[in-house]
Amino acid sequence: MIDMLTDLTVIWALLLALSVFIYVALDGFDLGIGILYPLFPQKKDRDLLMNAVAPVWDGNETWLVLGGGGLMAAFPLAYAVLLPALYPPIIIMLLALVFRGVAFEFRWRSGSRFTRRAWDASFFWGSLLASFMQGITLGALLQGIKVEGRAYAGGWWDWLTPFTLLTGVAVVCGYTLLGTCYLNWKLEGAIQTRVRHMARRLGLATLIFIVAVSLATPFLTGEYYLRWFTWPSMLVAAPVPILLALIALSFARSLFAKRRDWAPFALALAMFALCFMGLGLSMWPNVIPPSITIWDAASPRSSQVFMLWGAAIMLPIILSYTGYAYYVFRGKLDPDEGYH
Amino acid sequence: MQDFLGLDAVTLARIQFGFTVSFHFIFPSFTIGLASYLAVLNALWLKTRDETYLRLFRYWVKIFAIVFAMGVVSGIVMSYQFGTNWSVFSDKAGPVIGPLMAYEVLTAFFLEAGFLGIMLFGRSKVGEGLHMFATAMVAVGTAISATWILSVNSWMQTPQGFIMGENGQYLPADWLEIIFNPSFPYRLAHALTASYLTTALVVGGVGAWHLLRGRSRNTGVRIMFSMAMWMAAVVAPLQIVLGDAHGLNTLEHQPMKVAAMEGHFQSHPDGAPLILFGLPDQDTQTVKYKIEIPKLSSLILTHSWNGALSGLDTIPRDQQPPVAIVFWSFRVMVGLGFLMMGVGLWSLWARWRGQLYDARWLHRLAVVMGPSGFVAVIAGWITTEVGRQPWVIYGHLATADSHSPLDAAAVGTSLIAFVVVYFLLFGSGVAYILRLMSKPPEPREARIKDGAGPMHAAGLGAVHGETYDSASDRGTAQ
Repeated sequence: MIDMLTDLTVIWALLLALSVFIYVALDGFDLGIGILYPLFPQKKDRDLLMNAVAPVWDGNETWLVLGGGGLMAAFPLAYAVLLPALYPPIIIMLLALVFRGVAFEFRWRSGSRFTRRAWDASFFWGSLLASFMQGITLGALLQGIKVEGRAYAGGWWDWLTPFTLLTGVAVVCGYTLLGTCYLNWKLEGAIQTRVRHMARRLGLATLIFIVAVSLATPFLTGEYYLRWFTWPSMLVAAPVPILLALIALSFARSLFAKRRDWAPFALALAMFALCFMGLGLSMWPNVIPPSITIWDAASPRSSQVFMLWGAAIMLPIILSYTGYAYYVFRGKLDPDEGYH
Repeated sequence: MQDFLGLDAVTLARIQFGFTVSFHFIFPSFTIGLASYLAVLNALWLKTRDETYLRLFRYWVKIFAIVFAMGVVSGIVMSYQFGTNWSVFSDKAGPVIGPLMAYEVLTAFFLEAGFLGIMLFGRSKVGEGLHMFATAMVAVGTAISATWILSVNSWMQTPQGFIMGENGQYLPADWLEIIFNPSFPYRLAHALTASYLTTALVVGGVGAWHLLRGRSRNTGVRIMFSMAMWMAAVVAPLQIVLGDAHGLNTLEHQPMKVAAMEGHFQSHPDGAPLILFGLPDQDTQTVKYKIEIPKLSSLILTHSWNGALSGLDTIPRDQQPPVAIVFWSFRVMVGLGFLMMGVGLWSLWARWRGQLYDARWLHRLAVVMGPSGFVAVIAGWITTEVGRQPWVIYGHLATADSHSPLDAAAVGTSLIAFVVVYFLLFGSGVAYILRLMSKPPEPREARIKDGAGPMHAAGLGAVHGETYDSASDRGTAQ
């Protein structure tokens, strides 16, 4: 155990996992709010939804850049195998993020109702497709990627299977849940009641998807099965679903309580964190299942050390000013703010 | 390997990278300069409490927000382009360039994104002091970002400080040597200055346009034009000096790139001519219809009339860069650079004569030159990137050996998607920016809602700031 904690490769795997999780947590609600657009056809509501994330969205997406850059830096082989293997979903995700990112600015600049509608659509479809492709990416990674030598050796459509479609829809559902929970925190009045009702249904749907993905995953390969359903590795794995069930219960209760509007969001994030740990437990110690371990893909020690300095100094600073930015824009959004 | 529309996968991947990176770089080359300009405007507002500076800040911050958003989303694409299309390069060079790019994200991107929200929306929430700090942090972030990515690019041009691993990877041996590789200081200075110059020309072009429309009594218009012309007058000559130094550095480390820029197919042991214009023909290894000045190239590059310069005949044909592209893009960049200096000097003359706001031909030239910075920047990048071919890591890893195991059809399809989406979306963005630029900064702009809804994204900054700002305007008026 002590060896593991001093192994820089393990540290980098954990750090990278952490930044991917922060991305999922932050851009998750951000993308989810975009997916909610069709349910709020009125311009006034849509303005409010977009303003809930306008000051923070590009900070949120920066974690995705860190994920890409960090993967290349810490596990270059994984970066070099993963991206060609997932070429179509990655390219679609990137283009989708372009569509939704520009909408934040263009929507306010459009002169006519028609173009504003077009940017609304761009925001919705961009958010939806980006989320769906991230889910597909997750599924494709879990089901395993064919590698020969140091390169991807599979076909162009390997990423498209019933399992990846399931994970795609599951991630869309989960992000939308995060979106509603965040809005529940930031909004008040009738619209808050509406998002809260949506969150209840989405919460249930998300739990069903979590169960479905969890049941499907162990049957993808024998290794996952052994890890989850045989003694003694079960002992390590079992707390995850048990904790998840407990948190799901208090999440459900929080959505019916009248106080603590931040609680559903925090508990939804906790559920995401546990799912994330579950995924980590399945994949460990592979960075690309079934054949590339984190040690196979790791950068040399000099790269790891050099970057660790940067991460150790910068990550606390980044987290503090990101936290500060959220703090500045804290509290309920006032629909009339800034109008006079 | 199959073809797609007659092009193989490597060529398509190169076109795709060239297209996405050129499109991307247009935005930061503007925001690097504009962020600093905004910080200066805001500082002047705080120092002088002259409302005109605040008005100008609000005017340009809306444009900044749009350009920045386009830079962010096109930049996310770039951080994945290395892996999608150049996976062999990423695997081999990842241990060296990956950490530098991770540092860029950690020290620059987060800084910009973290403080951008406060800069755009937060003036009334955090107060003037912290808002000024946030604005300065965004400006600093853009410059830090440029520093890291130019270090990466420079290492690929003049690699050092590494050893070869058994698995074919480039392994870092000395980080200081890697970061401060020989071409890095020159490239950084040249590229940063280019951004400031580009911004000055845009701001000057907008100011000139409004002056031509008879708005010379608008103090905002006058100040933006005057500041931009000072900048052009100082920075354009400086840029020519820096460009010259960068060229000499290139001659030392990548002499064949310079040979291509100069159109020197043959070596000149006793003084090379400066070819002003001509049509380089790689097949016959000659420059047709050339107009040349004897010995001048040697004088510029070696500071001696009879200095020896080797030509492309000293390397095998298959290691020559495509000469015509490099030759012409270099001339476009240099020609525009001298025109920019012309604008700057002319403005000094007009200013000295007290006619800065009345010199209509100067204003016309400034409008035409408004977008010239972008053209020069892209031309400069084409010169340096095409000029280092056929290498991706100069002298070590060939471009042709760096690409992903991709089908031409996949790269071709994604290329078409990028072209369509970029032109559609970023074209709209440019249209919105031009619309904002077509209106002059008006004092009353502050107090009207421009019909875009109660809470704006960028507009929110304006409207938000408005309540606060107009209150403080009244405060100063009393």
